[in-house]
Order: sequence, then structure tokens, then C-alpha cells
Amino acid sequence: MASKFMNWVDARFPATQLWNEHIGQYYAPKNFNVWYYFGSLAMLVLANQLLTGIWLAMFYKPSAAEAFGSVAYIMRDVEWGWLIRYMHSTGASFFFIVVYLHMFRALLYGSYRKPRELLWIFGCLIFLALMAEAFMGYVLPWGNMSYWGAQVIISLFSAIPVVGEQLTTWIRGDFVIGDATLNRFFALHVVALPFVLVGLVIAHIMALHHVGSNNPDGIEIKANKNADGHPADGIPFHPYYTVKDLFGVGVFLILFCGVIFFAPEFGGFFLEPPNFTEANPSVTPEHIAPVWYFTPFYAILRAINFEVLGVPAKLLGVIAMFGAVLILFVLPWLDRSKVKSIRYKGPIFKGMLAIFVVAFITLGYIGTQAPSPLLTTIAQICTAVYFAFFLLMPFYSAIDRTKPVPERVTG
Amino acid sequence: MMRRFLIALFLMMPLAAWAAGGESVPFHHDTNLGNQASLQRGAKMFMNYCSGCHSLQYMRYQRIADDLEIPEDVMENNLMMTRGKIHDTIQGTMDAESAAEWFGKAPPDLSLTARERGADWVYSFLLSFYRDDSRPTGVNNVVMSNTAMPAVLAPLQGYQALKHSEGEGEGEGSHGAGHGAPEFELIQEGQLNPAEYKKAVGDLTNFLVYVGEPAKLVRYSLGFKVIVFLLLFTALAYMLKREFWRDVH
Repeated sequence: MASKFMNWVDARFPATQLWNEHIGQYYAPKNFNVWYYFGSLAMLVLANQLLTGIWLAMFYKPSAAEAFGSVAYIMRDVEWGWLIRYMHSTGASFFFIVVYLHMFRALLYGSYRKPRELLWIFGCLIFLALMAEAFMGYVLPWGNMSYWGAQVIISLFSAIPVVGEQLTTWIRGDFVIGDATLNRFFALHVVALPFVLVGLVIAHIMALHHVGSNNPDGIEIKANKNADGHPADGIPFHPYYTVKDLFGVGVFLILFCGVIFFAPEFGGFFLEPPNFTEANPSVTPEHIAPVWYFTPFYAILRAINFEVLGVPAKLLGVIAMFGAVLILFVLPWLDRSKVKSIRYKGPIFKGMLAIFVVAFITLGYIGTQAPSPLLTTIAQICTAVYFAFFLLMPFYSAIDRTKPVPERVTG
Repeated sequence: MMRRFLIALFLMMPLAAWAAGGESVPFHHDTNLGNQASLQRGAKMFMNYCSGCHSLQYMRYQRIADDLEIPEDVMENNLMMTRGKIHDTIQGTMDAESAAEWFGKAPPDLSLTARERGADWVYSFLLSFYRDDSRPTGVNNVVMSNTAMPAVLAPLQGYQALKHSEGEGEGEGSHGAGHGAPEFELIQEGQLNPAEYKKAVGDLTNFLVYVGEPAKLVRYSLGFKVIVFLLLFTALAYMLKREFWRDVH
């Protein structure tokens, strides 16, 4: 009966074929370690954001006069509204935690290398879209930090020569941040960018399943096939990785719910105290800082406080900040190492990756702090390290001493 | 091993939250939302001393009655100072324009004040009024210097003088109780002695923390159940994984 039904469906829609290609018969390397949980967890958070977002949009009012009050209404008068909102606000931060770890995994094991360049580029586009989505979502509660954060970020575009001023007015839809800005950010946050994100995630997964997953050894499991034509070191995604990821989901949810129920503000890092007061153009918060997931890039922006060859500091800072994200796109062509995985790379690459991580975390910390001469100097050093990691990679990765790569995965 | 690490990480979370919290103010208050009698006393105090000027525009009388188990007739007859209905939000009795004219600034809505500034700030502010004849209200405040608010609680607290002014100006340079905290001297007694007054202000602070986030009353106990369920779920998922992976070498 069931198979008869599936035959009927399969004659009209490739249901079984899709299932087999992407889950049932998708062979993944058997040696995935803890770093390989974050892809499926990112999908889980995306689903969480989409679902909770739909329910929030049922009660949220995208107008400057009503937005703040409608969030208070969700927190107090809507049944379970506080839980849905905390799931969404905590989900935003966890999205970035998971995505940063997912990207770091790619750095560790060379998952961006041939033939996975497009897979990596789709991932970078997801990161870019996620940043836009998070920024616009942050404006919607219309708290004072939302307002002034948006003010700072949008004014960055005024640094662009010639068209800068008109461009910022065009983005805001007004000469100041106001009702028009909030309305368009709502449209982009709940309709346009989610579409883009979901589309990119589908492209990301299609590319992954086309080339096959990398693994901690950085070798191609498709090179060694057994008699039935499947990779000898591969196992079907279902049931092996579905049950393994289920365990990962459990651990993740413990941490996620821990924050939702016991520390949703997370000490002011996930929900900032000035945002519990309504947007007020005449009262500037003492210290405007973006949410933690933007602070590394914000610190790079502030670190550039000097002009070079007549290019003003502000424009240079904006270029550096966007450059820090855009440079990720060319990473596949910067790495000239003979091996992919950190396991077989030499001491130079390991050292560079280590100081890169330290620099990135330090930048993240500095971005949360009020500027001081010492912090600015440290931020400048870290910015230099950040770019050096990428720009010098063609040289140091080529000369580094690598270890021989095994034929088969080592577990 | 991994799980132990994650559990340790999870246990450290409130610590991180605590470490990063709030402005620095002279006095510390241990918020206790589990003490319903304290919340009820705080509600009574708010309605009697604060609600004349300050609104709680996002809070409904009914919600307070339900959450704090105050009978509806007690709420309506003794705690509602306006002609509103019990399901209304708590609006101040002054219109903002005349209030701004009288005080120089309209008294702010207090729905989210404790969330924005923290319990310690509210507690410290209410303890830090002192006599200052240069001010039109006759009082000033250490936590918010030159506040427009008169000493509304003076009938309870009495009046105090500031002995030295090191802690002045938004409490800068003072880190928590006892360390550089301003010293006050009671120069005119009120109905309550200092210990009773501190307790009353503590009740009011508890109440305002509750008003800042009513869900906090259920958040922790529900969270505990959710985490217990997830621990069981994760243990089962782990065993399932082990079972399925038995044949992978």
C-alpha cells in the first residue's frame, strides 16, 4: 500500500530520489568530529527564527509610534509571547555562535578548498545576508539602542564619496531614522532577507551534496570506493548522522534553553539595557555599541583613525570593515598548501591560525568597550593580524612544511 | 568528557551575566521575586506613594492581582487610585504637560525602569535622597544628581544629610556597597526607622523588578523543567547514537 502510494508520487514528483540523494543514500565521511555538528544546528536555528518570527509578526506593529509598545505587549499580554520573543532574540545570538564555529571548522580542515569553492562562497553569502538580517531585526524593537545603533551603521554609508549623503537618505527613506526606516526594515527583515537566506541555504546544501563533505583529514572519500560503488570511508547520512545530530541538537538545546530561561539578556550582551527604553532622538545612550556578533568588525572600523594618501579615515575604516568580510570570499584561492586539513599542515599555518583567532576575539572584546588610546592601538595590531592572516596566506601556506596525508580517513 | 565540559559551561552562564551587569551604584539589593508578601507590600507602596505621578503603562491591575494573588476587590477598593477598570493599564493621574510644567520634566513611566537600570539602581536611588536647600524641592540625590523628583518618601524615611560628597554624580568611582559609598546622617526622623525603611524600599524594588518582566515569576521554574526534560532527551539520543554506530569501524 505504502509503496504503491510512493510509486504514484514518484511518477509525478522525485520524492524518493530527493530523499536518497540528500539523506538516505548521501554518503558522508565516517570520521566527523564535534566540529561537524554546527551545520545542522545552524539549520535548526534558522527554523527556530522563521517559526518564532512568524508568531512575533502576528503581534508586532511596524510603526515608530507603536513598535516599542507592541513588543511590551508581546512580553506581557500575549500568551507565551515572552517565550517566543526570547527564543527569537536568543536565537539571533546563537545563530552567530553556531555560524562562527561552522566557519572556523572550514578554516581548520580546509573545507573551502577545491572542489568546494562555490560551497564556501554560498556560505559567505549566507553570512553576509545573516548580518543584514540581524542588523535590521535589531532595529525593530525600537529601543534607544536600536535607534542609535541604526544611526551609526547607516551613517557609515555617508563616507562613500560623491553619492554618500544621498545614499543614506535613500536607505533611511527620510532625513533621519524614523517611521519610514522602520517600515522598510520590517519588510526586508520578514520578507526579503528570509527568502534570500533560505535560497542560499538550499544552494549551499546542493553544492555540498554535489561535491560531498570534507572531513577532519581533508581527503576525498570518493577516491576510495568499495564494490557496491559507495565510498569505503562513507556512511549513509541517515540513520548514522541523523541520530548523531539528534544528540547534538539535545546538547545545543540545553545550552539554548539555559539562556532563554535563566539569562535571556545574557548580562547585556544579547539584550542591551538601553534597549528597554523607547527610541529617543534627543537622548544618546552613554556608549553605543553594536550587539556582540558585530563587534569584531566594528572594532576594525574604529581602529582605522588615520588617513592614507588623502583617503579620509572614516572612508578607510568603512573599506576595512567591509573588506574584512569580503576577503573571506577569496579564501579558496589564497590557500596554496599541499594539504587541506590542519592535521597535516605545518607550524606556520597553525601559528597564523592561532594568532588570527586571538586577534578576532580580542577585536570582538574591544568592540564592546568605549574607545581608549590603548584599546585603539591593540585594535590596530589585531586588524593588521586579521588581514595578514589572509593576505600573506599565499606565501606562508606555500612554504610551510606539511606532513604526508593518509590514503584513508584516520577516524 | 565533552558533556562535563558543556555542563560546566552552562553553570558558568549566570556568572557571566552577573559579571557584566548594570551601572555602578552605592547600594546592592538582592532581588527576591519568590517572596510574595514582599511583592504585595511593594505593590501597596507603589500605589500609595508613586502612582500619583508615575505610570506603569505596560502593566495591568488585573495582571498584578493575578500574579501576586491579591483579591480583586482588595485591588479595586484599596490599590486602584484612579477611576480605571481592573483590566486597564496603570496610568498616572497627571497629564504629562502639566507635570512637565510643575517639575521641569514629566515623571517617567516606570514599567521598564528596573530592567533598564537594574534593581541596584532603583534601590540606591530611593535610599540616596538628601537635604539640599539649593534645589527647588529642598532635596537632591546621590545616584541621579539634581533629580526633579521631590522627597516623596520623606514621611517614611525622614530627611538625611550627606556627610561627604565623594560618591556624588551618578555614583561614579563607587563600586558596590561599603566601598566609597556615600555616608548619610539622619537629621529628621520619619515614621520608619532606617532598617524598616530599607526593607520597605527593598519591597518596592522587588515589585518594580517584577513589573519590569512579569514572566520572570514563571521563567525559572519552567526553565528547570525544560532542562530536566532535555537532559533525559539528550541521554536517550546519546544511547540511540551509540546503538546505531555499533557497526561503524
